[in-house]
Amino acid sequence: MDNIIELHGINKAYGEKIKTQVLHDINLSFEAGSFNSIIGASGSGKSTLLNIIGTLDKPTSGQLYINKRRTENMTKDELAELRNRTIGFIFQFHYLLPEFTAKENILMPYLINHFKPSKEVLSWTDQLIELVGIEKVAHNRATDMSGGQQQRAAIARALINKPPLVLADEPTGNLDSESSENVYNTMRKVNEEYGTTFIIITHDQRIAEKTDRIVEIKDGRIGLDIRR
Amino acid sequence: MRLAFKIALRFLLSGKNQTILIALGIAVGVAVQVFIGSLIQGLQLSLVEKTIGNSSQITITSGSGDKIIRSWERVVYEAGISSKAIRNISPSVDASAFLEYEDGSEPILVRGFRLADADDIYGISGGLYDGKLPQRKDEAIIGRDLAEKLEVEINERVNLVTPLGGVVKLMVTGLYDLGVSAVNKSWLITNLETAQDIFGLDDGITSVEMQVDEVFNADNLARQVNNTLSDSRLIVDNWKDQNKQLLSGLSGQSLSSYMIQVFVLVAVLLGISSVLAISVVQRSKQLGILKAMGIKDRDASLIFVFQGLLLGVIGGVLGILLGIGLLLMFTAFAVNPDGSPVVPVFISYPFLVVSGLFAISAAVFASLIPARLSSRLNPIEVIKNG
Ligand SMILES: Nc1ncnc2c1ncn2[C@@H]1O[C@H](COP(=O)(O)OP(=O)(O)OP(=O)(O)O)[C@@H](O)[C@H]1O
Ligand SMILES: [Mg+2]
Repeated sequence: MDNIIELHGINKAYGEKIKTQVLHDINLSFEAGSFNSIIGASGSGKSTLLNIIGTLDKPTSGQLYINKRRTENMTKDELAELRNRTIGFIFQFHYLLPEFTAKENILMPYLINHFKPSKEVLSWTDQLIELVGIEKVAHNRATDMSGGQQQRAAIARALINKPPLVLADEPTGNLDSESSENVYNTMRKVNEEYGTTFIIITHDQRIAEKTDRIVEIKDGRIGLDIRR
Repeated sequence: MRLAFKIALRFLLSGKNQTILIALGIAVGVAVQVFIGSLIQGLQLSLVEKTIGNSSQITITSGSGDKIIRSWERVVYEAGISSKAIRNISPSVDASAFLEYEDGSEPILVRGFRLADADDIYGISGGLYDGKLPQRKDEAIIGRDLAEKLEVEINERVNLVTPLGGVVKLMVTGLYDLGVSAVNKSWLITNLETAQDIFGLDDGITSVEMQVDEVFNADNLARQVNNTLSDSRLIVDNWKDQNKQLLSGLSGQSLSSYMIQVFVLVAVLLGISSVLAISVVQRSKQLGILKAMGIKDRDASLIFVFQGLLLGVIGGVLGILLGIGLLLMFTAFAVNPDGSPVVPVFISYPFLVVSGLFAISAAVFASLIPARLSSRLNPIEVIKNG
């Protein structure tokens, strides 16, 4: 399989005068269609790494390849377009737009680059709603949904453009174990059905154990890298 | 772009109280602007109307030595074809003379008119309060003040003495009050033939007077008249050149009204700008997430431009309605004892449209700072800090 993500010598440091190095010379790649987890202690640099992979943050040095394309010389608009087409994001704190309904939120990434949803996209939206099991609350505002429902809506939103890659930063961090299980199963289903690559940061041991590959970050370096 | 508009609309709708507050702010600003602007315009128009409404606005006189216009029918014709905006063209013979009475004599101005024409300018028949207009030769009417001073009543004869010493007897057929005491005091109005005869002008006259449709355009129209006249020795005057002081007074007034309007607008502008800037902070989570999902910076800033535009449109329309309401109330309640409004309010549709457009552009302009903030917002800040 081809690598969808390749990191070459990624360093990340914060601060002007007193530099704190958060990531140290990370070399890492992820295969297309794989289902991966990233674990590690708090403050070890997991989110920083994921945000760099998602082009939301820039490394201090090193190269990021997405689908074999170098990203460091892209303009902001090119990166925005790349994110919109290639990457679905799931954040820990759901981040649905509270002014919109679940369904409208799910359609949002599509509408960023299209004037109007086509029939196919609307039916895809309904499919996704069914897939993540939020039919009952699809027309509720985000504020009128439970945390688990919001997170599942966010998963559906991440998938609307059928991106080859989904990045999730502690998607189940705020959920009880039953909801967590639910969200994990949904992501797994999408991975198997659509071949979507997942990179999931998690503190949940049980979830990490179910993934195909576990990458451990330790003080800004790669510790364990276990494949099954 | 469409999405930006949709988000803008949704942001406004979901922050209803804030939206209503800003829209009202804009509306009040626009209403004040409409109210003050219309009031000042009405004031000025009525002032100008009072000053020059019943007088000649463009006057043609002769530049030749004897001050006589001989082929005046042609001048009247040429003035008439020079522009559609010219009306009430009236030839006249003007000359000084004295009226004799028991104790002495009174200097007067003889004004010989074609009465039907002059009536359109001066409203003579409307001002006639006793008797009738001169119909035959050697008949005349005089003003109230002069009649009282001379103790003349209608159907009495008066002696008119020309500067050269000739004496003519005129029959006073009527008394008028044209509302201007200088006129009531000194004009003796008669027909053209009588005046021509008294001063020996044969068929000549001394001036052609006229009015225009747009008084503030009188100077341009006068130039047009001047260009049309075939006799280049004729002199064309207009009221604007003769009333420089009035005009500078008016423009001073307009200037202060503009100043008020500009300051109102600046206040509105600052208000919108600061509220929208706060709303960028309030919505930074949403903006961050939109940017992570790939919305471009330009569209992210458009969200706020559209909000400004929508607020401007709503506030502008509301403000215009409110302003008109205020004006109507003002004309209904601030009235003279006779029921006429203290200030005749003048509602000009172009002015309303301009005020509305001004408010909209101000609102859009005010949204540029928040738009810039929105464009610059880095999604990573939001995503990291929850
Ligand atoms: N803007 C910043 N300036 C300085 N240091 C920063 C900044 N952002 C992050 N850091 C530091 O970088 C390190 C890694 O942060 P990161 O958020 O990647 O950790 P994490 O592994 O995701 O932790 P957690 O499990 O708690 O989410 C932390 O020590 C943090 O303090
Ligand atoms: Mg983290």
